[in-house]
Amino acid sequence: MIRRRDFAAPLIAVLAGLAAGALIALLLGASPVRFLSLLVGETLTTGYGLGQVLFRSTALIFVGLAVALPFRAGLFNIGGEGQMAVGGFAMTWIGIVLAGLPGPWLWILCIAGAALAGGIWAGIAGLLKARTGAHEVITTILLNFVAAALLNYAMSAHFALPETVRTAAVGEGAWMARASLAIGWMHGSGVSTAFPFALAVAVACDLLLFRTAAGFSWRILAGGIRRARYARLSPIRWTVASMAMGGALAGVGSCSYILGYKRYFEEGFTGGVGYLGIAVALLARNRPAAVPAAAFLFGMLSQGGLAVNQIVPREFVDLLMAVILIVFILLDARAREGGIRWISS
Amino acid sequence: MDFLLSTLAQVVRIVVPYGLVSVGGCLSERSGVVNIGLEGILLNGAFGAAVGTIETGSPVWGTLCGALAGALTALLHAFVTVRARADQIVSGLAINMASLAGTRALLKILYDSASNSPRILHVPADPLPGFAILGPLGDAIGQPLFLLAAAAVVLADRLLLRSGVGLLVRAAGERPAAVEASGFDVARVRTASVIAGGMIAGLGGSWLAFQQNSFTDGMSGGRGYIALAAMIAGRWRPGGAIVSCLLFAAAETLQIRLSGRGVPTQFLQMLPYLIALVVLAGWVGRAVAPAALGKPYRRGGSE
Repeated sequence: MIRRRDFAAPLIAVLAGLAAGALIALLLGASPVRFLSLLVGETLTTGYGLGQVLFRSTALIFVGLAVALPFRAGLFNIGGEGQMAVGGFAMTWIGIVLAGLPGPWLWILCIAGAALAGGIWAGIAGLLKARTGAHEVITTILLNFVAAALLNYAMSAHFALPETVRTAAVGEGAWMARASLAIGWMHGSGVSTAFPFALAVAVACDLLLFRTAAGFSWRILAGGIRRARYARLSPIRWTVASMAMGGALAGVGSCSYILGYKRYFEEGFTGGVGYLGIAVALLARNRPAAVPAAAFLFGMLSQGGLAVNQIVPREFVDLLMAVILIVFILLDARAREGGIRWISS
Repeated sequence: MDFLLSTLAQVVRIVVPYGLVSVGGCLSERSGVVNIGLEGILLNGAFGAAVGTIETGSPVWGTLCGALAGALTALLHAFVTVRARADQIVSGLAINMASLAGTRALLKILYDSASNSPRILHVPADPLPGFAILGPLGDAIGQPLFLLAAAAVVLADRLLLRSGVGLLVRAAGERPAAVEASGFDVARVRTASVIAGGMIAGLGGSWLAFQQNSFTDGMSGGRGYIALAAMIAGRWRPGGAIVSCLLFAAAETLQIRLSGRGVPTQFLQMLPYLIALVVLAGWVGRAVAPAALGKPYRRGGSE
């Protein structure tokens, strides 16, 4: 069930974030009204801007799901960044090696490869957690750094085209159509069929979690190991599985950039999106069906940052996102303790 | 001999930020507050130290600014997690996001640069008199900031493990209800402990900035997370944390010494992170975290 009051805390948090942004603009001698109109207006009123927002939302939906699903099993996946990068690399590798394959087959293999690679990468953290108790928050972050170094090696030693940090293009059979081909007014933006694909995946995740037996078991795990054992679930297997599922989603999320936009792997293409996935999942209250809405919001803000850059440094928009996050958890804590009745869930 | 001394000097230079952050982490976590935000605290400390030194022309003021920046960031974390009892991990992550973005934005505003501050010209390179006899090692441990850092670490260790105040802090992390029953305010104990930890981690930031003679964008580079792994491996004791930090620093020194000898640099770069993972997986199973770690405490609560 999604109730009206579930929206209250996210909404207030966003308004507080925007207010903080406007205040910063004011302090820097820029017009707060212009700040807000650039941040929101520019992105939503032009076709290109809207397309870019949808493009950014696509990856955010996947990394948001990558946090939300393990969270429902009581695990906090902070490694979306590394999982997406590893998945994207595997996807590109398959797309290049099997470039000759036709139509949907190559695409399917690319997606499967990305899911597998991302899943294994996150599965490592799951296994460490289940076997040794090493906390997944720290291990997934450390794995992000390991992934970056590993990919940097793979690229510089073998895969990067001379003088660049990108690979060759993947075979055409794996491409996801850019929307600007069909919808003229979105010309130039990066949005592709990866966006509806992301929406479908979000819905599928929601159904999996709330309408299947596996999803039920999954949520039992969040109640602790003892409860899981009591339900005859293997905590190790389910811990690894739920982390791997998160990693697979993050890995597949690279399709927006690689298959839908650039058609190649580029070092650093994730650009911090994995960390934003945490904010997306939280604001969506870890409800997969709500993740696209939260992703759209953060997609809009990160695109809006570029427009804002002409009056204040765009990093202030990242700061504003952190404010949203903090205000949200403050409200959430108050609500949990019954402090603010109208937003308690 | 000279090779040995310069190797040791390198270990020392690398271990200081790790050590200070992990000791800061001990103070925070032993009181019951998880602090992933130490990565951001380290970064803000470095920024504070660089800006403070450049603007005042004095590394003493700069160091103070670094510690202050760390303490203020920790204050925010303490307010959000202790007073408002919000999620500790998310608060830490948000602080890291905000610190990275905030320092970047301020670099642009203050120095019109996207990547680094101007050079810090005011930190004397020569060690204190008497240390020169140790050669390159003396250059590192003869720095006033190193001595301050060492003193802070020893003091933190003594205070936390051997004093009444430390007992109070540890009790807040193990059985907060008992602290309250003894007539103390759990929130105040935790807040003070988190801030003290942030101040020490901020000193680590000052060291980073002074070593590189400038502030560079994102210069904490994951050190905060590695230091947290070291803290866990050191079983939440400052002494143990320092020992694991020395291990990381030795690995990094090895990395620097080995680079350019056939091993791809990227493999050497990932070494500290890999060691952190191995250490977490291997040692941690038996390390027991403070019982109330991560649990917000409400006045009049039980556990």
